Amino acid sequence: MFGDYSIGDLGSIFVMQGFAGLILFSVYVLMALGLAIIFGQMGVINMAHGEFMILGAYVTWMTSNFFQSYLPSLFSGYFFLAMILAFLASGALGMLVEWVLIRHLYKRPLDTLLATWGLSLMLQQAYRSIFGAREVGVELPQWMLGSLHVTDSIEVPINGVFVMGLTVLITIGVAYIMFRSRWGRQVRAVVQNRIMAGAVGINTAKVDRYTFALGCGIAGVAGSAFTMIGSTGPTSGQLYIVDTFLVVVFGGAASLLGTIASAFSISQTQSTLEFFMSGSMAKVLTLLAVVGILMLRPQGLFALKVRK
Amino acid sequence: MNDSRFATRSELIGILVLAVFLVVILPLCLDVFRLNLVAKYLTYAFVALGLVICWGYGGILSLGQGVFFGLGGYCMAMFLKLEASSVENTKIQSTPGIPDFMDWNQITALPFFWKPFHSLTFTIAAVILVPGLFALIIGAAMFKRRVGGTYFAIITQAVAAILTILIVGQQGYTGGINGMTDLRTLKGWDIRPDHAKIVLYFFEVGLLFACIFIAQFVRHSKLGRILVAMRDREDRVRFSGYSVANFKIFAFCIAAIFAAIGGAMFALNVGFMSPSFVGIVPSIEMVIYTAVGGRLSILGAVYGTILVNFAKTSLSESFPELWLFGLGGLFIAVVLAFPNGLAGIWGDYVQPRISKLIGTRKPKAGWTDSSVADGAPAE
Repeated sequence: MFGDYSIGDLGSIFVMQGFAGLILFSVYVLMALGLAIIFGQMGVINMAHGEFMILGAYVTWMTSNFFQSYLPSLFSGYFFLAMILAFLASGALGMLVEWVLIRHLYKRPLDTLLATWGLSLMLQQAYRSIFGAREVGVELPQWMLGSLHVTDSIEVPINGVFVMGLTVLITIGVAYIMFRSRWGRQVRAVVQNRIMAGAVGINTAKVDRYTFALGCGIAGVAGSAFTMIGSTGPTSGQLYIVDTFLVVVFGGAASLLGTIASAFSISQTQSTLEFFMSGSMAKVLTLLAVVGILMLRPQGLFALKVRK
Repeated sequence: MNDSRFATRSELIGILVLAVFLVVILPLCLDVFRLNLVAKYLTYAFVALGLVICWGYGGILSLGQGVFFGLGGYCMAMFLKLEASSVENTKIQSTPGIPDFMDWNQITALPFFWKPFHSLTFTIAAVILVPGLFALIIGAAMFKRRVGGTYFAIITQAVAAILTILIVGQQGYTGGINGMTDLRTLKGWDIRPDHAKIVLYFFEVGLLFACIFIAQFVRHSKLGRILVAMRDREDRVRFSGYSVANFKIFAFCIAAIFAAIGGAMFALNVGFMSPSFVGIVPSIEMVIYTAVGGRLSILGAVYGTILVNFAKTSLSESFPELWLFGLGGLFIAVVLAFPNGLAGIWGDYVQPRISKLIGTRKPKAGWTDSSVADGAPAE
């Protein structure tokens, strides 16, 4: 399949597809970060993760509408407020869900899957009843439209670059919270040994609740970022969920670095293959490769070495 | 409990009741249209039955049963489609004698993997062997490497996603998103009129009971007890010298073959097959039927499937808004309050009261042979 292209062409193709892949990479990382916390750290399979993202997207959409109608002068900066609101809304819903549903199921991980699937159906219907079945798109402020010309053959859309920057910031933030803050230490202590963590005075139930809420909140921010590159409908969340789980599992569930590495390899493979064949075949090959590697390395790329 | 028998007395009564319900009561009460709907629901009951063995007893949650349902269904649909695309039927096409969607996609010759599907014998073998082998490969690759629990569930889900994308993407060979439609005859026998629907319904019920008997046999054999032991304490079974992986592969293959038979019957009953029965959403719904019926109850799975689907049809007809709330609430309620589903409610609450009323037997302390609430270890 490489035969028809010269070396120079191939270089250009790889750079161009590499940039496209970087945007896809940001999307995957944003989707997977929240899940890496909820699934990787807590072991809860949250099938409603996509719906938490959609909630963030709808919050962003409402904020943008609000700014457009009442504060048009501040419209160019609405996005930063929208992200904070998306985080708070999804986080609050996450906290509620943890309290009502998840805390009863910590010993039955496979049942969290069924219950959160039920939750995702209810949320989908709720979105459809409240916002309508139609997909909604967010109006972008002027400075986010257009693209940057890097060279003659390479063009990068500004909203894509913005999402990439956002991803870097959020990733650093999550890494800081998990590995440098007192609270992150508590989370990891609870994950490693719940009983012992409780014995030294950590309120494990509270840690669980806030961890779940943080994961959902990040999902909300991810959804907020997605509004800049695509439209959102009530059932969009389901499209992401398998990819997201694969990214997290492929990276090694409990490892943040693994999640990033797996998002990078999956997105780059897919975007490079996409140039040479149809998008669906590229996706099939990428997923097959991921599943194949997972069969060889069931614990993922960056498995923590622990005794069981 | 007498282990050598294939069913206890109460189980035999249960099977008899189900048989009367399916063979006598439903055909008498329902018109052909509704009966055909029940036949469609029952195709999912095959999947649910497989999940009882694989998930309820074996502790292996597969979120990719739609894959096997689809493989079985597509094998059967390919045979029916070839029969429906005889040269006379397709003479308006630019290439007569090939399925219409191939013609639309500029394919001029029948692809090589379609050719054997001219033979019904081959098709029936393929309905069982293709999904069986596929399950064997996936199962061997996963269980030999001790992938289990959550990871297995997610990987089967990915397989379902892969197959759906593949089917949709390869339009010329599979009919794409529309699937294979307009299936007409089986060996010259028209499957569309009412009397054919009734014959197919009874044939399907017969197959279902064959599968129930196989499931009962597995359950009461030593194999079934090893499966349950493995689900509850996998390490101990392994240390006792059993090959855990092989038992898991076996359970997974049985479930896959049941699902494939369901899929093949689906193609016959409904008259088409499409990727919307293969993907993740239908696969998870099939798990839900099992969960609602009771993951440990072979007969419960059948009732659960009929009930959920009946509720789905009637509720989504009259209250399309409420339906998803209802279904979502049902999942949550089943998981939180009734981990053993309908069968658990029956066994724990209803049956003891009935027994007390009639005064035949002392109520049993608990219905389940092992508590699901404590949970099988995840990995």
